Amino acid sequence: MITISIDGQEVQARPGWTVLETARHHGFYIPTLCYHEAVSPSGVCRMCLVQLGEGPQAKLVASCMYPVAEGMKIFTDTDRVRNVRRWILEMLVSECPASTEIRDMAARYNVTGTRFEIENPDEQCMLCGLCTRVCTEVVGLAAISTVSRGVHKKVGTPFLRPTEVCVECGCCVTICPTNAMQARIDSVRGVS
Amino acid sequence: MADQSTARNLESWRLGSCEELNELRESILASRDPAGQEIVVCHGTGCVANGSPKVAQALNSALQAANRETRVMPGIKKTGCHGFCSRGPLVIVNPYGYFYQKVGPRDAEDIVELSILQEKPVQRLLYKDPQSGEPILSEKEIPFYKLQQRSVLRNIGKIDPTDITDTIAAGGYQALAKALTSMTPEQVVEEVERSGLRGRGGAGFPTGRKWRSALAAVEKKGRPIYVVVNGDEGDPGAFMDRTIMEGDPHAVLEGLILGAYALGAQQGYLYVRAEYPLAIRHLENAMAQARELGLLGENILDTGFSFDARINKGAGAFVCGESTALFTSIEGKPGNPRPKYVRSVEEGLWGRPTVLNNVETWANVPLIVDKGADWYAGLGVADNTGTKVFSLVGKVNNVGLVEVPMGISLGRIIEDIGGGVPGGEPFKAVQTGGPSGGCIPYSLKDTPVDFDSLAEVGSMMGSGGMIVMDSRDCVVDISRYFLRFLEEESCGKCIPCRLGLVRMRKMLDTFSAGEGTPQDIEDLVSLSQAVKDGSLCALGGSAPNPVLTTLKYFRDEYMAHIQNHECPAGVCKDLITYFIDPKLCTGCGVCARQCPQGCISGEDKEPHVIDAGHCIRCGICLESCKFGAVRVEPGVFVQGAFPGEAVKA
Repeated sequence: MITISIDGQEVQARPGWTVLETARHHGFYIPTLCYHEAVSPSGVCRMCLVQLGEGPQAKLVASCMYPVAEGMKIFTDTDRVRNVRRWILEMLVSECPASTEIRDMAARYNVTGTRFEIENPDEQCMLCGLCTRVCTEVVGLAAISTVSRGVHKKVGTPFLRPTEVCVECGCCVTICPTNAMQARIDSVRGVS
Repeated sequence: MADQSTARNLESWRLGSCEELNELRESILASRDPAGQEIVVCHGTGCVANGSPKVAQALNSALQAANRETRVMPGIKKTGCHGFCSRGPLVIVNPYGYFYQKVGPRDAEDIVELSILQEKPVQRLLYKDPQSGEPILSEKEIPFYKLQQRSVLRNIGKIDPTDITDTIAAGGYQALAKALTSMTPEQVVEEVERSGLRGRGGAGFPTGRKWRSALAAVEKKGRPIYVVVNGDEGDPGAFMDRTIMEGDPHAVLEGLILGAYALGAQQGYLYVRAEYPLAIRHLENAMAQARELGLLGENILDTGFSFDARINKGAGAFVCGESTALFTSIEGKPGNPRPKYVRSVEEGLWGRPTVLNNVETWANVPLIVDKGADWYAGLGVADNTGTKVFSLVGKVNNVGLVEVPMGISLGRIIEDIGGGVPGGEPFKAVQTGGPSGGCIPYSLKDTPVDFDSLAEVGSMMGSGGMIVMDSRDCVVDISRYFLRFLEEESCGKCIPCRLGLVRMRKMLDTFSAGEGTPQDIEDLVSLSQAVKDGSLCALGGSAPNPVLTTLKYFRDEYMAHIQNHECPAGVCKDLITYFIDPKLCTGCGVCARQCPQGCISGEDKEPHVIDAGHCIRCGICLESCKFGAVRVEPGVFVQGAFPGEAVKA
């Protein structure tokens, strides 16, 4: 067993566990949006960032991917960590304003509105990529993936055309944390 | 440049041993006449764009025409970039060393007539000392070159990069022969470790330590291990790696083979962006020639060591210069980075131990092996050994490529080698490290240029781009420019980078329109910190650097935008006004005829006036006025008359 400290409390972890797994096992709260036990972590949403170490050498790491090591000191809720989370949430509120899940988590961090322009009031997708990962890793099909790059990135089928590869298993809809996939699933199979 | 290799047919030349390499070198040298005449024409990308192939062609015809009367028929050599790009096309006549700048095809006859036949310099083509106006005969006397220390670039501009025999004559592959015959792989690693070489790609990680950890990973996981060249140079205004790959491709290749020997790799990759077609062509050609000579491939120099490499072309994504994104790109997947919690020396390309080094880092390796770690450690300063190549661009007299020992001051590079800002004013700031670096003000010009000092002032070494700015550059605008670049280049995988950069840029847009509050500036700093802390890879992690450093050193200028509604540098279009100085205006009417808005009016031979309400601030009048009467004033004025009479909005 490996001993690490989380928020000043010493806890035990099994070798190979991530910081997030260890924290959740011992009942510490770390928010996540793009994490799900069914698929491999990808470190996309950055909500699970925690502070590793103290002082000027401290750095923020994605707890969903960071492996535990003997003696490491983890802080789950420092000012630096909160600053990142609050900005991410405020940006997400403007990016996918229709998602109640995001609004609820934002409220938890006292983010009640956004100063940023809302382009699409009906948007729910934050591009966490859980749908594409479950389709690739669990279903084994990769009928959907993220397409384009940067600000133009979105979830879709190859060439954004309906695909026969999809077997309508619904895993992507089930795993989607914001219900965004529900509105997209028809475009995957091409049924109106 | 010629598509085909200019090398002789090499097939029958396969070298069976290191002695045969030396014999080949001696036979090449013996076949050359050191007093023989030679015209060198720079064929770097910059000079090619400036018309150097036409110059070479004209020189060839002039030589042919003159051949009837002369005994000597000098060869024309096409080389890589000489570095003094602002003066191109460059021509050098050897053995006299006459250095000609800004040569056009019509100068060819004079060069042949005077320099080749009469062995005299062509005075009008010589570089003139900017202070004294005295012509300077040879390259090494020109201040731009005199203050440099060219070790990585030593052969560039002297050898023909498409001909391996020229490289071998200049001492190429000697380090490889030395390592293969008299050094164990362990000794090569030790030599690189002791040299203190740090990665030239930007982060400055000690190369020897990287190799050592890769060996430890191989011990744990077994082979294969891969060696990779990062030639995905993407910073705007940076062209160090391109020049090395174009001008001395064998140096990169030799470094890679040495690395492969040291680490026990059998396969290497050169990841070069597709926007560098000349570099790719020269590398492909260099690899083909090295294979024919038995310097690459099976059983190199008959020592039993086999290693081969291939080129992977990048499709133009800036983020693919990031190590993990580069690996996924080679693997054929979209170039998205992954967190580096498990280092790439352990789990890199195809999950195998991988050593990825920058082009310039690899090109340093043969030097270290050949001349020894002690020699190398003697260059530069402690902890920052060796030389570094910088591309010096922006508002500086001598635009080009410079190589200097580490630890030299910023001011010395910009003012002494670069010749300072045109017009003589001190530079305002310099952006080092490209879009991920920071903006360093003139007051810090004594900062030594090394990895640690630059990081201390909030910038970074980066791969070596240096963009010089003067008083006509606006820091808000510069920050916007870099953010716009990175916003386009973000892969979009993680949320802080994908959503944060565009929002940071939009905040800067409001500042450059004269809107916003001091609180908005504080919020921008806070958001910048969140993006820096939160992003998955170094692209987002360093993207806020230009904003944070300009806010640290030039906050007044930001405040002038939002509080006084003026752009002191005269750049942000919403916050400036164009005026015509009635004392200087002759009423010639040139500006009025050129104005696309037709908003300049006035009687013939009388001072003209710009109607500020219709002016779109395109600047055409400023460029067209021969009398310097058009001026840009910071701030918005309602009336078009000259300040003093005008009323500020």
